Amino acid sequence: MRSMLKTSAAAFAILAASMGSASAEGLTGELKIFLDTSNPAPRATMEQMISQFQEKNPDLEIETTVIDREAYKTQIRNFLTANAPDVATWYAANRMRPYVEAGLFEDVSDLWAEPAIAENLASTKGAMTIDGKQWGVPYTYYQWGVYYRKDIFDELGLSEPTTWEEEKANCQKIIDAGKKCYTIGTKFLWTAGGWFDYLNMRTNGFDFHMDLLTGKASWQSDEVRKTFANWRELIDMGAFIDNHQTYSWQEALPFMVQGDAAAYLMGNFAVAPLRDAGLTDDQLDFYQFVEITPGIEKAEDAPTDTFHIPANAQNKEAAREFLRFVVSPDVQTQINNGQNLGQLPVNAQSSVDDDKFLVEGFEMLSSNSPGGVAQFFDRDAPAEMAKVAMEGLQEFMVKPDNLDNILARLDRARERIYK
Amino acid sequence: MAQASVAQDHQSSWWHRNQQQLTPWLFLAPGMLFFLFYVIFPIFQSFNLSLYEWDGLGQAEYVGLYNYEELYWDEAFYTSLKNNVIWLFLYLLAIPAGLFIALFLNQTVTGIRLYKSLFFFPFVISQVVVGLVFTWFYDPTFGILNVLLGSVGLPPVNVLGDENWVTVGIIVAGLWPQTAYCMILYLTGLNAVDPEQIEAGRLDGAKGWKMLWYIIVPQLRPATFIAFVVTIIGALRSFDLISVMTNGGPFGASRVLSFYMFEVALSEYGFRMGYGAAIAVVLFLIMLAFIAYFLWSMYKEEKAR
Repeated sequence: MRSMLKTSAAAFAILAASMGSASAEGLTGELKIFLDTSNPAPRATMEQMISQFQEKNPDLEIETTVIDREAYKTQIRNFLTANAPDVATWYAANRMRPYVEAGLFEDVSDLWAEPAIAENLASTKGAMTIDGKQWGVPYTYYQWGVYYRKDIFDELGLSEPTTWEEEKANCQKIIDAGKKCYTIGTKFLWTAGGWFDYLNMRTNGFDFHMDLLTGKASWQSDEVRKTFANWRELIDMGAFIDNHQTYSWQEALPFMVQGDAAAYLMGNFAVAPLRDAGLTDDQLDFYQFVEITPGIEKAEDAPTDTFHIPANAQNKEAAREFLRFVVSPDVQTQINNGQNLGQLPVNAQSSVDDDKFLVEGFEMLSSNSPGGVAQFFDRDAPAEMAKVAMEGLQEFMVKPDNLDNILARLDRARERIYK
Repeated sequence: MAQASVAQDHQSSWWHRNQQQLTPWLFLAPGMLFFLFYVIFPIFQSFNLSLYEWDGLGQAEYVGLYNYEELYWDEAFYTSLKNNVIWLFLYLLAIPAGLFIALFLNQTVTGIRLYKSLFFFPFVISQVVVGLVFTWFYDPTFGILNVLLGSVGLPPVNVLGDENWVTVGIIVAGLWPQTAYCMILYLTGLNAVDPEQIEAGRLDGAKGWKMLWYIIVPQLRPATFIAFVVTIIGALRSFDLISVMTNGGPFGASRVLSFYMFEVALSEYGFRMGYGAAIAVVLFLIMLAFIAYFLWSMYKEEKAR
């Protein structure tokens, strides 16, 4: 039975591949694309990419709808069931699970069986896989890490730390100089999730972190307590800016720009606004989050944005061709370069833009992240758990003494959510 | 002759005979239909939905009163409920504040219309703008509040980041437009105050607070009634200010029931439709109690007349 399934899947893949190449010139009908890339730069990138696809397929009527990124997160439920487009953007890993389980995303394992994708996109395959099948393709991802003010580090005679002790020693010197070590804005909670991701992955390793976020490990375990104890060391030092619970991540940027805080644990998207605010590449630099428990393999957060075919799509053939187009090496190089998304391409054959943060990030993710690649706190954990937990993390950052209460609450939520 | 008219009646259609009774119902029909579909029907739908567990996508699962049991154990629910009560009481301050501003503005000076419209201004602008303005006002690093506090030697406070102050801080922002609303209600009410009664009160030696309390305020009863109703409903449906100013934070300390319902049912991390519906039912029952009380007292008053 199993082998029969396998052979038929393989046969289907070959068929699909041959169909794909045969029909590349002859795609007809309508192709409806829904995008959540509503910010100006990504929007322009996407529109340019789609117009190239249109040029290749002149007989195809492409209709693109761009929806506000935040609004998209709630609207997707409606349009996937009622009025499905042929292609829609979304996020990888657990964030796509509700739609996969509700049968609203098309199984695209056939695409992943094609050599062009299987060989070149292997690094993100895990993030796209649920129940052994793939449900979409990635189009971009970006690294997380510590962005810091190099000029402040130089002034205080500090160098990039690699261990937890060095990190704390650096921080103490920064505090002694009357500055804060890290800026952060936790009003919308998720930024605290980034800190927890790194502290927990470095303290207990990638596998434990995933067990915790998928409900297999307890929030009241000794491992988690150790992570919070490490975090508390920083909080008690006064490492984070005051009143961070009132700021969004953007509102926390000025502290770093003005030099009141030396570093920011963030995704690579923080680089653009920091540069816009006047920081030059000489002032701004990046280092990988330090080792905490010696010997634990480093793992990184690298959130991946994706394209999917809704199960109710009308023109799945054209949609598949579009996905092939999006992940092809040239398109990946182009849409992820510095003028466009300014992120990392998912295709191993693509080249990374000559931007120092992208180069460093690509280097880090491809060779210095042996533990694994996580998506992000609120993408790896189910949405409901993420919300309760991130609220707890914020509370911990403001009132570290409430830890026992917070952990007990999270464990109760865990029992309810992962049934 | 009489016979002829009877015959006429028989001939005239059913419509002609009942026109007088039917016309009002016909005019009411569109309104009633919409009310039925958009208000009454969803109420029962929410009741029904609160008995299910449903993520908005898959199959709804009947769970009986489980959602309410869950609510009973939910700390966040009690925080929201407590905040709703604080909102109810503190928001009522808009009524006396509105009354005093109305009394103050109820005079004939050149340019009084301009002053009146300036006082009414906060009610005209969007709640979102009000929220943003107050967020900047409270900002712990560059907000003017802390500058003012510092100038009299007080330590800075982070109003929106402190779980004990945040609700009060948001209510103060909400009072700004709500006071303006109550002021307008009282200004129109003051136009209807009988000058003869004031005159008579004066002859009897009433002035100042006594004049206000025994002569003016009783005559403003209708305005007070409306001000109460709109303020209480306003307090219970407070949502936009919370969403703009704190997004429910810090760590959920400024949530009220309506915001919590939105969060669990409709926000990015939500989609527990049944649980949201259960919160909606609780909120509905609270509102129902107030509105029933007001309708009852209004009915009593009508009868007394």
